[in-house]
Amino acid sequence: MGRISLAWQVLTSGAFAAKVTNLLNLPPALAAPPIAVAPPKPVAPPKTLRSDAVTLLAALQREGRLIDFLKEPIEAYSDAQVGAAVRDIHRDCGGMLERQFAIRPVLDQAEGSNVTIAANAKNGRIKLTGKVGDGSPSSGTLVHHGWLVTKSDVPVWTGTAEAASIVAPAEVEVR
Amino acid sequence: MSAQFVIGIDLGTTNSVLAYSALNEEQPQVQLLPILQLVAANTIESRSMLPSFLYQCTADESAAKSFLLPWSNDFTFTTGYGARSLSAEFPDRTVGAAKSWLGHSKVDRHQPILPWHAPDDVTKISPVTASQRYLEHLVATWHQAFPDAPIAEQNVVLTVPASFDASARELTREAALAAGLPDSFVLLEEPQAATYAWLNAVGDRWRELLKVGDRMLVCDIGGGTTDLTLVEVAEESGELTLQRAAVGNHLLVGGDNMDLALAHYVAQLFEGKGLTLDPWQSVSLWHSCRNAKESLLCESGPDSHTISVPGRSSRLIGGLVSVTVERAQTTDLLLNGFFPEAQLSDRPARARASGFREIGLPYEADTGITRHLAAFLKQSLAGRSLTHMLFNGGVFKASALRSRLLHQLQRWFPDSPPSIVEGSDDLDFSVARGACFYGWTKLRGGVRIRGGTARSYYIGIETAGLAIPGVGRPLKALCVVPNGMEEGTEVDVPSDPIGLIVGESARFRFFSSANRKTDQPGELLQRWSPDELSETDSLEATLSASDIDNGNTPDDDYVPVTFHSRITELGVLELWCVHESEDKRWKLEFSVRDDADL
Repeated sequence: MGRISLAWQVLTSGAFAAKVTNLLNLPPALAAPPIAVAPPKPVAPPKTLRSDAVTLLAALQREGRLIDFLKEPIEAYSDAQVGAAVRDIHRDCGGMLERQFAIRPVLDQAEGSNVTIAANAKNGRIKLTGKVGDGSPSSGTLVHHGWLVTKSDVPVWTGTAEAASIVAPAEVEVR
Repeated sequence: MSAQFVIGIDLGTTNSVLAYSALNEEQPQVQLLPILQLVAANTIESRSMLPSFLYQCTADESAAKSFLLPWSNDFTFTTGYGARSLSAEFPDRTVGAAKSWLGHSKVDRHQPILPWHAPDDVTKISPVTASQRYLEHLVATWHQAFPDAPIAEQNVVLTVPASFDASARELTREAALAAGLPDSFVLLEEPQAATYAWLNAVGDRWRELLKVGDRMLVCDIGGGTTDLTLVEVAEESGELTLQRAAVGNHLLVGGDNMDLALAHYVAQLFEGKGLTLDPWQSVSLWHSCRNAKESLLCESGPDSHTISVPGRSSRLIGGLVSVTVERAQTTDLLLNGFFPEAQLSDRPARARASGFREIGLPYEADTGITRHLAAFLKQSLAGRSLTHMLFNGGVFKASALRSRLLHQLQRWFPDSPPSIVEGSDDLDFSVARGACFYGWTKLRGGVRIRGGTARSYYIGIETAGLAIPGVGRPLKALCVVPNGMEEGTEVDVPSDPIGLIVGESARFRFFSSANRKTDQPGELLQRWSPDELSETDSLEATLSASDIDNGNTPDDDYVPVTFHSRITELGVLELWCVHESEDKRWKLEFSVRDDADL
């Protein structure tokens, strides 16, 4: 390894003083120039040959093995055995739903509290139960706060038409 | 066209993140870019992080275009979540921790060496190329979202570990430029970025929270590395200023080590139940252990946590095996393994042992982060006190780890224990956000952390003398860059002239030091201890004969030169050989080829 090809010449020519030059002092705060900024463009999704519902099933199986769980006969297992499996499914499927749908209550009030009905009645946000007459009731007790999705980010599937029905491929180990 | 955005990129060892803010706002509005990626074959999803993994597809997968992204014509590899999950089953086809390899000067980082020890039929790439691929992915995602704002025209800040030396920074820069980042992009140290994220979160209130003379430790524990930085509060013309006073050594120990240690322990529990885990189950276990860690190491956490590993067949419950992990054991394993009680005078064990070592990378022999911290504080505080502490990194989601570190600091500084600086609780994203905020303040003004170079740099000089066969000439180290040399400054290095041979390539051994703070340019070290100077890639310059063509060539074909060093505005270190009398100069370049011991 040819390292240093140099000779260390003994010249007592004296050392140079360190010259430290401040090349560029930053200018003081610049005024904000008027700039046109485009908002982020929603990315055009690639074409998919499969329904989003099947893609969602595949995601629930891939991340939380939900299909395995629902397809397995559970009569023979004890509650403790089922419970042990459910914890992981709950965590993994719950995390996936949060990421893709960010599900939130429709009404923020505590269940059991009194809520007004007027504005919510027609847009499908509430369902009336109990003594519902022909008139328009103004308030009632919140029994269930409901759920809504705040986004819908189902993955986009780009596979072929033949594979569109595959929720999870069969796994074969090569030995 | 002028820039519309400022962009902060955290190119992490395990995850990468991009944050941005439009420049037409009054105040920075830092947002995360959702990153489109393949999470499995044929499945594209947006996530806020891009796992820094790269999977080399099989020939069948490439032919079927199973890993196709809207912008890409290359189906031979995939990056992100999909690659990370495939790394479990196909470790031989998956590149991980490319960034740790970038900082590892014992290998040639331009050579295709990753996946490390992959079989011959797997395409290998270099650590530089892997980093380039992750950045290209982020750049492409950016262009999808903002087609009218090319990244090459924006203000971009890219973060690197504070402990990265000049050559690791240069390699990062090379990967970034190849990925299409603008020439003007700026490198920022990660712990500083975390500090900027805090400054952005508290706004001008920081001037009330800190006072002159305060010293803040930034402890950034990522997936694979621990990065330590000390920030001091000073005063300049009546204004408070922040100064980066010291950075720690490059420590290859992080959160992944802790999850792996717990997984290793739990795997033994499973073996006790007669279950030997296959690779897929091991990764599922690793994932479960990260959750167990966060739940058990939480102050109000449960006393035990059940970890289950499902069978691989479709029988989920029938194939399920569970073990119970006690809080006490986990605490003992992780706190005592990684944050053992230490004295401020303790030093990390030196020898590279095999404990958590993966082949190739020089993982820390001593996983006791507290001992590394003690060594760093002892050195950088020199007897002074520490007043504040800022945590960064996903590891600190486990609150018991924060408490343990704080408790340790209280024991080291009993008279005035440091207080925790509470900023963003966004531990996974604060580096990218902070980088973006830094870019903003650089353009628009605002608080800046000053610091200059984190290390001092030295050129190895072999001394003249009678040659003794088999014995190398004595080596001296000439300081060419002092610790703390600021961006935008340059210095002539005073020294006796050094003779370079015309027509030959001159090679210089090159060293850096994080702890020799007072060496000035021109100082010639006769001896040093191994933990003071570490050698990095050598430097090279070739003086062609045509450079010296005016007839004044010295008799013996030697050209006398001295050194000149410069830190550019962008933080790039440049070293030049200067021929004083003829006003000629040659730039020294890193040579990462021949001296790699592959």
